Amino acid sequence: MAVLTEEQAMLRDMASEWVRDRAPVTAARAAARSEQRYDPALWAEMAGMGWCGVLVPEAHGGADFGCVGFGIVQEELGRTLVASPLLSTALIGASAIRLGGSAEQQANWLPRIAAGEVVVALAVEEETPDAGTAAMLTAGSEGWRLDGRKTPVLDALAADLLIVSARDEDGSLRLVTVDAAAEGVGISPLDRLDGRDAATIDFAGVPVDRAAALDGGAELLEHLLDRGRAALAAEMMGTAAQAFETTLDYLKTRVQFGQLIGSFQALQHRAVAMQAELIMTRSAVEAALAAIDAGAEDASMLVSLAKALAGDTLRLIAREMVQMHGGIGMTEEHDAGLYFKRAAVTDATWGHAGFHRNRYARLAGY
Amino acid sequence: MTGASLDALRAEAREWLAANFPPSLAFKNPVPYQNHAPYAEGDADWRLWRDRMAEKRWGAPGWPEIYGGAALDRAGIKVLAEEMRRIGAFNPMKMTGYTMLGPTLLEYGTEAQKAQHLPGIASGRVRWCQGFSEPGAGSDLASLQTRCTDMGDHWLVEGQKVWTSGANHADWCFALVRTDTSVKQRGISFLLIDMRSEGVETRPITLISGSTHFCEMFLNAVKVPKENLVGRVNEGWGVAKRLLQFERDSLSEGRGEGRSLLPIARDRIGVNAAGELADADLRTRLVGHAMRAHAYNLTQDRIGAEAKAGLPTAQLVPMLKNLGSDVAQMRAELVMELLGTRGLGWSGPGFTDEEMEAARQWLHARAFSIYGGSYEIQNNIAAKRTLGLPDPKPIGC
Repeated sequence: MAVLTEEQAMLRDMASEWVRDRAPVTAARAAARSEQRYDPALWAEMAGMGWCGVLVPEAHGGADFGCVGFGIVQEELGRTLVASPLLSTALIGASAIRLGGSAEQQANWLPRIAAGEVVVALAVEEETPDAGTAAMLTAGSEGWRLDGRKTPVLDALAADLLIVSARDEDGSLRLVTVDAAAEGVGISPLDRLDGRDAATIDFAGVPVDRAAALDGGAELLEHLLDRGRAALAAEMMGTAAQAFETTLDYLKTRVQFGQLIGSFQALQHRAVAMQAELIMTRSAVEAALAAIDAGAEDASMLVSLAKALAGDTLRLIAREMVQMHGGIGMTEEHDAGLYFKRAAVTDATWGHAGFHRNRYARLAGY
Repeated sequence: MTGASLDALRAEAREWLAANFPPSLAFKNPVPYQNHAPYAEGDADWRLWRDRMAEKRWGAPGWPEIYGGAALDRAGIKVLAEEMRRIGAFNPMKMTGYTMLGPTLLEYGTEAQKAQHLPGIASGRVRWCQGFSEPGAGSDLASLQTRCTDMGDHWLVEGQKVWTSGANHADWCFALVRTDTSVKQRGISFLLIDMRSEGVETRPITLISGSTHFCEMFLNAVKVPKENLVGRVNEGWGVAKRLLQFERDSLSEGRGEGRSLLPIARDRIGVNAAGELADADLRTRLVGHAMRAHAYNLTQDRIGAEAKAGLPTAQLVPMLKNLGSDVAQMRAELVMELLGTRGLGWSGPGFTDEEMEAARQWLHARAFSIYGGSYEIQNNIAAKRTLGLPDPKPIGC
């Protein structure tokens, strides 16, 4: 655990307590069965605690705690697999408007984001990710028309505002804000392993005002993705830590052959190996979040290090969680399966561990 | 120390190092690798560097001034280390006495013991060795048998030690001895033995790397003054556990260091049209190693900052030692793989010094996961102390 400021420590304690009392894993199970795929009542509570404004400047009603502060909350949410559009809205949405938005866009969106009145989703990925961005902005009668398909889009069903990547007439990559309820926006839910809100969005001649474009294009997008990856890595670390602790408790209570199975050296050493990976992952995640806040040159490298380690660590611990629980770990009733599935989804989101090892290699000159 | 005083220290260190560190020694500290001060002492520049550091008091920067230190806090010590690392300098006092016994004496030693021994450690003039392991007491250290009998006006020590680093060149030894045979851990005491005492004999052991710094040590009716006991009689196990923490600490330090393997990799295997290392499989593994080393260094920084802020970190030490061994051993393996048949030389001609040194480092690196408590013992300690897992049933039950 990093050395926290007093404010950060308070934020952590508040988040940890809230998650334990208000959003245990049973809440995540209920959300996955619901139509919205998250619990609007819990979302309102999160907004009430100011979490939607962690990245919003004070002038627009936020707390301006930076990515380190956001990571602290996200890590706690990861522990019980809390389903909410916080990362999409409060980190990526707020950062996009803050870093790329005009004064008018900021005044329009940031206070509402901070208050939890608006849910934002980032619509960037496409069906053939290697082919680059195919979505197009073409000149319409006024402004642009947007055409294309984005998938998967996280938190798409909940979203009021979409941030969409597309090529303009010059072939330059642009990020534009689109009203999720606009005519020509077709949202088709995806039913994925973790039961979270994700969808495919089709844009068919959606009118986009030129004033809806954000400054920064490809560079801003890469930076937003880095922020998202670092915060997701923090969440994955929380998920992994909880999966590990639950498994450790089981090793200390399950009796076979007349003794606690945690007394078997074969299991002890594997438990220590998991703890060691958590230690390394924490170092990388905290360094990545701090580097983003500091605008450090090596931030992208640290983000890839963090996301790769978080992916490997979480998947290792999730596998061990199922294995060490034995048969009960294979049942729908036990939480192990939820952690196992969520591990695969988070690892694959915004580049799995292998993608980030490659990116690190490129950035480091290998 | 904070802000301005740290900046001043950094400026002072940079200037002083530029004027005093012999360039011939840059990136070539012979001591921590072989733990072999006598090699180093044959080098005039090394002796000069040791004496300058002693005079500057930066060899034991955190110790009180009366014992030859500079009384710097952790932040100051870190600045010194950073400035040294920047130019490939090193702390010549970083040997057994400084890393292990010194901090232990600061906690457990009497005033007289501290005054007698610490200044010699801080100046690098007195060499220490560690008499812990025995032929029948390796991983199960507490089963040690070396007898120590109270003769009224002195202790009488009788027994055999093994894996005693540098015993054949040491001036003093800190040893674990048995003062009560009826109990295990609670019958052990911690004793300081002058290696010039009658009855002390040493014999070097040759390792697979060719190194001979480990020794057998025979103690035949050795008389030791009563005041050389550290802590109370039969309470030496507690002192030793603390000392072993310092040892694990020092062993995990700096394992992620060493210069990037990228230049040698580019040189040996070349790059493809995209500018990437031409061997895709080796590239993958080199990057995997670089990332582990990177994360390990970040971990050292993080744990250092947390310890400085007073957060508990001691419970992480066994895992850090193993992570450090993994990183260093993997690095040595990759260097050998990069060198191919060039890395197979034992003695010249036909091989460069660097190539032969790489092979010796690779051989020596196997010891990282054996000494100071083997990889498996560290895992046992972490399972029990850090994770609170129950003891295994004793063998035979």
